[in-house]
Amino acid sequence: METPLDTESQEWLRDLRATGSVHDTAVARLHTLLLRAARVEVRRRRPTLPHLRGDDLEDVAVQAANDALMSVLAHLDDFRGLSRFTTWVYKFGLYEAAVKLRRLSWQGRELPLEPESWEVLASSLASPEQEAEQSELLTSVTRAIDEMLTPQQRKVLVALAVNGVPIDVLADRLGTTRGALYKTLHDARAKLRRHLAANGLMGETKEL
Amino acid sequence: MERPDPKQVLGRLLGPGEREVGCDECFAELDRYVELELAGADANAAVPGLRAHLSGCPACREDYESLRALVGGGHAS
Repeated sequence: METPLDTESQEWLRDLRATGSVHDTAVARLHTLLLRAARVEVRRRRPTLPHLRGDDLEDVAVQAANDALMSVLAHLDDFRGLSRFTTWVYKFGLYEAAVKLRRLSWQGRELPLEPESWEVLASSLASPEQEAEQSELLTSVTRAIDEMLTPQQRKVLVALAVNGVPIDVLADRLGTTRGALYKTLHDARAKLRRHLAANGLMGETKEL
Repeated sequence: MERPDPKQVLGRLLGPGEREVGCDECFAELDRYVELELAGADANAAVPGLRAHLSGCPACREDYESLRALVGGGHAS
């Protein structure tokens, strides 16, 4: 279904697809929007990056805006007018900044991928005040992680869901993409849920 | 070290447990989803599976919260 574009979005597309000074001016305005989004994201995440100085953070924002600009221009034909053009643009600026800042926050750190991380967690969860049902479920999940998942699924699940490694960071280290990695996580979760349902430990889920 | 909340850990391990979109589709639809939400429309019905994905993917959840805060000038729900 075609959605009629609002006037502002039409003007953006017209000017960005133009040539000469009209195009150049539109690109400069676009960069200003993207830099605004990137700076907002940098400010939001600043407390998690105490080792970075203000100049470093501004460099990150500018680099994110530059990369987002390339991405927006490359995907201009994908804009369907289902939101305002500026909202569509902002998500590119925020995304590029967030990915860079997540990488910076894990720069130089070893990623906890080993199964031991899970074992430590499992033992730390076994508290006496836990509900019996929850305790049984946790025990079963632990066992299913060991017995049902492939080594790759286990590695991804432990890193993302247990140790809180950002998905972009893990994707970089494993030489894959965020989307592919989430698919691995999703399949691992689905396998665990199916196993638990088959053993009467949880209800059937709608996706399986 | 602070003891993790077992319920939260189980949630992260088992995920949303309902049909969800992937990260690429989430990014493609995020601007539309946020604007529908801000307009008070049923964003979840318009983009099925996106809300579930946001509960299962912390990175996409962060992207959503940032966009909603930037466009709406407030906090994500």
